[in-house]
Amino acid sequence: MSAPRWLSAATALHGPTLHSLLFLVAAWVILGAVGLLRPRSVRFVAHLLFPLGAVGCIGVALLAGTFLATGHTAEAMILPLGLPDLPFHLRLDALSGFFLLILGMAGAGISIFAAGYFRRGEGTAPALLGLQYHVFLASMATVILADDAYLFMVAWETMALSSYFLVTSQHRIPEIRRAGFLYLLMAHVGAICILLCFGVLQGGSWQFTFDAMRGASLAPFWATIAFALALLGFGAKAGLVPLHAWLPEAHPAAPSPVSAMMSGLMLNTAIYGMLRITFDLLHVQFWQWGAAMLTLGLFSAVFGAAFAAVQTDMKRLLAYSSIENVGLIFTGIGLAVLFDASHMPLFAALALAAALIHALNHALFKSLLFLATGSVLHATRQRSLGKLGGLIRRMPWVAFLALIGTLAIAGLPPLNGFVSEWLLLQSFLFTPRLPQAFLNMLVPLGAAVLALTVALAAYVMVKFYGVIFLGQPREPSLVDAHDANWLERIGLGWLAAGCVFIGVLPQFALRAAGTVTGKLIGQTVTPGASFWRIAPVTPEQASYSGLIFLAGIVAAIGITFLLVRLLAHGRMRRTAAWDCGYPWQTSRMQDTAEGFGQPIRHMFGAFFRMERDLPSPSDEAPRYRIHIEDRFWGWIYQPIARAVQRIADAVSILQGGRLSVYLLYSFLTLLALLVFVL
Amino acid sequence: MKLISLVRQCAEVALAIGIAPLFAGWIAQCRAWMQNRSAPPLIQPYRMLHKLFHKDAALATDASPLFRATPYVLFGTMVLAAAIVPSIATDLPFARAADAIALIGLFATARVFTALAAMDIGTAFGTMGARREMMIGFLAEPALLMVLFNAFLLFGSTALPSLVDGYAAHRSGIDPSVIFAAVAFVMVLLAENARIPIDNPATHLELTMIHEAMLLEYSARHLALVEWASSLKLFNYACIGFALFLPWGIAIHGADGTGALLVAVAALIGKLVVAGAMLALIESVSAKLRLFRAPEYLATAFLLAVLGLLVHLLLGANTIA
Repeated sequence: MSAPRWLSAATALHGPTLHSLLFLVAAWVILGAVGLLRPRSVRFVAHLLFPLGAVGCIGVALLAGTFLATGHTAEAMILPLGLPDLPFHLRLDALSGFFLLILGMAGAGISIFAAGYFRRGEGTAPALLGLQYHVFLASMATVILADDAYLFMVAWETMALSSYFLVTSQHRIPEIRRAGFLYLLMAHVGAICILLCFGVLQGGSWQFTFDAMRGASLAPFWATIAFALALLGFGAKAGLVPLHAWLPEAHPAAPSPVSAMMSGLMLNTAIYGMLRITFDLLHVQFWQWGAAMLTLGLFSAVFGAAFAAVQTDMKRLLAYSSIENVGLIFTGIGLAVLFDASHMPLFAALALAAALIHALNHALFKSLLFLATGSVLHATRQRSLGKLGGLIRRMPWVAFLALIGTLAIAGLPPLNGFVSEWLLLQSFLFTPRLPQAFLNMLVPLGAAVLALTVALAAYVMVKFYGVIFLGQPREPSLVDAHDANWLERIGLGWLAAGCVFIGVLPQFALRAAGTVTGKLIGQTVTPGASFWRIAPVTPEQASYSGLIFLAGIVAAIGITFLLVRLLAHGRMRRTAAWDCGYPWQTSRMQDTAEGFGQPIRHMFGAFFRMERDLPSPSDEAPRYRIHIEDRFWGWIYQPIARAVQRIADAVSILQGGRLSVYLLYSFLTLLALLVFVL
Repeated sequence: MKLISLVRQCAEVALAIGIAPLFAGWIAQCRAWMQNRSAPPLIQPYRMLHKLFHKDAALATDASPLFRATPYVLFGTMVLAAAIVPSIATDLPFARAADAIALIGLFATARVFTALAAMDIGTAFGTMGARREMMIGFLAEPALLMVLFNAFLLFGSTALPSLVDGYAAHRSGIDPSVIFAAVAFVMVLLAENARIPIDNPATHLELTMIHEAMLLEYSARHLALVEWASSLKLFNYACIGFALFLPWGIAIHGADGTGALLVAVAALIGKLVVAGAMLALIESVSAKLRLFRAPEYLATAFLLAVLGLLVHLLLGANTIA
């Protein structure tokens, strides 16, 4: 049903924006390669090339932003590269423009931060890191711009490989090698699914351009197969439960800017792929697909949030929080498919806009927080939450900027996380109008789950921020912690400013997302009549104004402060903490990360597989140890691994290690082939 | 936007700020009567605030700016919440900038800041209180949202003033789902405002504290602001309850002259008197739950709200408005 609106979309060949974008993408690769001239020089690679890469990111963001704001015709291009008869097709439309905007906006902050972050003597040489980093950036941009399955897969695999090398940059640590292997394995399983999906999508025409796929008419069965393969492939990349197992291993293992890139940007390429296939290449949709995505998304969201709450490693905590956010994005997409399949384009557009804006928001605040953990890591050499604390007094800049990210990801107004959650909740409000009787009963429960997840995210973020930055230092060495350098501060500040900007003026993000939904669903979302507030449906239904909200909160706090200053005296003295008069306090008496997660462990016990060592009361040197594992390891991954191992063992009988036997195999194969041919 | 609605908005906020401690004092008085104690005077909370504002503040040596800013943030957010909730009139310019979901977000902001400030000094009680408060909060928030969701489905709007207007326009019988929602709302109100059966506002046992444990390090004007914010929060919750379930008397948009406003103020005071007595009664006849039971209590509230939603959908009633 959506085919005509796609085919009718005019396509300008050789658009100027696409040209400039390709130029910037090429510039990234060249930047990375130039670094190899002086492979060991941190000053040359980090302090010169990375800021240039950041300028490229800003360029990409500006180009994509202006394209979304003005250009409505998609731009396409054919590059005579690649295999003979299989040139690279590239295309820039509203969807790719939006995701390039995310890439540019978040990428700029990460690159600036990375300029101050990478130091000598940490794993891979700086120049090699620079090359891998910029190739990673360029491949993500290419994935978004690709217009045929061939280029898409090439870019997709380049992305997986370059990020694999970045993850394993500290390859001397066995856990990191293991995490990298798991990541590569899952990336390839996902890639195979995507490849098969494209195979189904071409529908017998053997044309692998996206244009041909848009034109192919698939039977409902095959369309569903294609959808399921896409969900598997892109879900594995996005970390959708139960395909998430690699994510909390790989994302924390990488250096912090790379963790930020993977969580903030690379997950979005998977979201992009899912949207491209569901809304663009497949031109039929069934509500069952939406229901499946909705269920998986909500489950991932709760699962990720609950696991994040019990983590004791700050980067793992953030990685699980990424699973939660991806879950929320998939929830929005699922809702959009549900509405679209039920011919309610306005609601579908609203849900899709919520998902898109959440993807943008997640890129900003998750990058910000991952980068902040990078600064903490450099300042303290500690990753474990149990050994941090009190850093707000040693690292005020990082603490302040991380606070913005914390409040944003916790979904608090007037920051950006609230905007997308508000939109998502608004679109849930329409689910009772769905035609399927049992759906309009069950889906409101989804809103309840969504509300639970959002509130749980706030819990997780209070734990994250409170244990790292507040309280007393849990280790004596933390006294020497130093604040981030100025390049790092600029990077963090850029991302924090993005969080505030989208939160306070959501109109621009909503307008951009509305352009995308206009192309994908045929229904734009407008921010509403007045400039100062957003009212996506009608002002009577709901309206929100971040600007006025911020003004109100600043005014209320400011007036309170002034009145208290004027009317009450300002006398104050500093003393030791009172603590109900208990005379002796140490930093060990604060809640640990485990302690703070205890209520969640208690309530969501069914999710976790726990091993606990509780000391006996008479123990003279008591030690408490808890190990929490994902049940999916035992349920899915280990059985598969064991099965593969068994098959491999069975096959290995053939491998006797004697040359004569192998020659016999060749001879038999030849014989068999001869029989087959004759 | 007319000037008169702006004036009305400010008057409503001022009334909320002024009357909130009185409401807390009334509940304390009722409680004392029901428990056969001699009651403190009605204006005791004001005396308390007066005393606290005149004391010298004692601040822990390690307190960060976050700790010092939090009382102002708390008070500011609660004042802002009072501007969103239609307590006497529905023609609130500010309510168009922030609907009920934003209101929940505002309460969450206050909660997160309280918890962060409690963790700032790094005392055992503070972090323990923060953990418990966040646990209660994350269970209570979805329940509250489901209560509001129910009202949204009835009147097709997420703005509280529109809900009240919609109710005034269609007062044809009560939807059965409202009863479930009302019970759930009262349960959430008790939990979110640190009242029995979840928390005891009058406790002196640190180990059982939730809300109070987070405030242990505050003194003087900071404590005064925090306490005032707490009573404002209770007042706001009561007004949300009135707006959702007992909207009689609130001056609706278009019929809000001086007379109607006076009636609205009288109705509000009447409702507060009754609600305060009811709250005191609930608190007097119930015992504080063990902390481990708190999730069950809140899960019950959540399920009741969801049940209300399902009842509404099962009966096939679509939006009234």
